[in-house]
Amino acid sequence: MDQTGPHTWPSYLLCAATLIVMGIAGVDAWVIAASGLVWIGSIWILTLRPPPPQVAPQQDPFRTDKMSELIEFSGTPILLVDHGRISVANRAARKLLGKHIVGQDMRVAFRHPEAIRLLDKQNGGFTQIVGLVRRRDVWRMNRKVLSDNLSVVELLNQTAEVDIARAHTDFVANASHELRTPLASIIGYVETLQESDTKVAEATKHKFLSTILAEANRLQSLVSDLMSLSRIEAEKHEQPRERVDLKPLIETASRDAAGLERVPRLTFNLAAGLTVLGDQRQLEQLVRNLVDNALKYGGPDGAVNVSLSRTDNDEALISVADQGEGIPAEHIPHLTRRFYRTDPGRSRASGGTGLGLAIVKHIVERHRGRLDIASQQGQGTVVSARIPLVDGKAS
Amino acid sequence: MNEHTVKAFDEDITRLRGLIAEMGGLSELSIHEALDALIRGDEELAAGVIKRDKKIDALEAEVDKLAIRIIALRAPMADDLREVIAALKIAGVVERIGDYSKNIAKRVSDIEDRKKFEPLTLLAAMGEVASEMVHDVLTAYAARDPVLAKEVIATDEKVDAFYNSIFRNVVSYMVENPATISSAAQLLFIARNIERIGDHATNVAEMVHFAATGFYPPDEDS
Repeated sequence: MDQTGPHTWPSYLLCAATLIVMGIAGVDAWVIAASGLVWIGSIWILTLRPPPPQVAPQQDPFRTDKMSELIEFSGTPILLVDHGRISVANRAARKLLGKHIVGQDMRVAFRHPEAIRLLDKQNGGFTQIVGLVRRRDVWRMNRKVLSDNLSVVELLNQTAEVDIARAHTDFVANASHELRTPLASIIGYVETLQESDTKVAEATKHKFLSTILAEANRLQSLVSDLMSLSRIEAEKHEQPRERVDLKPLIETASRDAAGLERVPRLTFNLAAGLTVLGDQRQLEQLVRNLVDNALKYGGPDGAVNVSLSRTDNDEALISVADQGEGIPAEHIPHLTRRFYRTDPGRSRASGGTGLGLAIVKHIVERHRGRLDIASQQGQGTVVSARIPLVDGKAS
Repeated sequence: MNEHTVKAFDEDITRLRGLIAEMGGLSELSIHEALDALIRGDEELAAGVIKRDKKIDALEAEVDKLAIRIIALRAPMADDLREVIAALKIAGVVERIGDYSKNIAKRVSDIEDRKKFEPLTLLAAMGEVASEMVHDVLTAYAARDPVLAKEVIATDEKVDAFYNSIFRNVVSYMVENPATISSAAQLLFIARNIERIGDHATNVAEMVHFAATGFYPPDEDS
């Protein structure tokens, strides 16, 4: 029996040999029998004893090679710190902190004092670190102690969240600023009119009143823009169900936006029979905003071309082109941000709210479309919206 | 770096590098906070920077002790020796960078009427470049990356150019607003401190280059 450990037959052999030798030497038979009994008995007991339980090779639950396989492809940077040294860093961590960190002191990888304080702590925890790798990035560092010297460090990038939180506060700050500016001039003029009861000449009074009216109008359009923006955002996730024929809609909306004076500047190039699933009022607003922008910023007499066509991908392409001075490339990515202005003085003078393109973008997104802005300085700007056609798949 | 037969030696070197990185992290934060405190006039933050310098000094002493111990006990050769010598020198320089940050922090309370002080914005921009240099050079040290070290050396020109323009700017500001001369003079000292931080970052970069390759980068502007 292999499992009983050492082979037993040599013991019996040895026992037998000894007894025979004792017999030859003339030892008393009883003594031989007794010692033989004790000997064989003890061997027998020994072999009967259950084998000691097989001790499995010490399986460390945190074997580092197993661990590294486990975490290697995680998208979050994860590191294993052993005796203050980084023993394993997964791919994301190596990408973030550099290939050299494996095997180095943990302080070489994280030299930020906050991080070191966390790493020096007896028990794990978490901390938020600004500027861990690059300036102004925000990381949350989680550390879990596994055993005496071994701990896992996980890094979570929170830069985007912090940015969003900042964008929210920025929005509130901007909105209140934009609301307060017209209010301030309204209050100022009204106070002047109230105090100096007779001294103000009739002409000046008239001028004051028209400024008040203009500012009040601006306030009104700002409030209605803000409201439509929040309404569009609220129903962002439900796709509109109405069937809308684009050609007549674009024609009327463009004329509305232009008003009697500016209508002659419009040229149309509209394909008929394009129907999309949409929200009639929002699509009108989209066209109005685009046309109004083009007329406002496209130079005093520049023509504005509104076109509608069908793309190869079964989308309706609405594009509005002006012949203005164009927009510098660095502004283009930010144009759809709320209250973003390329030139604060000019757009405020022209009565813009700073929300027009933000509204357009949200409307296009709600219609599952795409908004593109292309601009060539000195030649003009083309804003185009693509919206999937209702019969796209069927035809 | 290859592993050494004597494992304890590896551990010593790793610890040495760790200590330097920790010092670097502290002084990096000090520069940031000193400049922040300067711009916003936050004296509490400045006091924190001044206090932190003690810790940097203590770490430098620890680095010195460890480096001497390594040389005495292990008699390192070739790149190991370069590594230890560079660590010793870098620790001294990083400590100086911490000192400059402390100096900036000390002057925070001496500047009055900072809202109207235009040269302050220039200083902030200059400080940004200098602290970027310190950040990059520490990363280069951690990665033993001579290429990044060379880039840091090249950036020093920018800081020097900033220094010159700030000097002119502040001097003309003094001429126009004699009432602010005492504050403006403080700004000159601060600009000088930031310029020194840039120079020291360059020094560290040279040592990183030395430790990695065995020779100092060729002097390009001479």
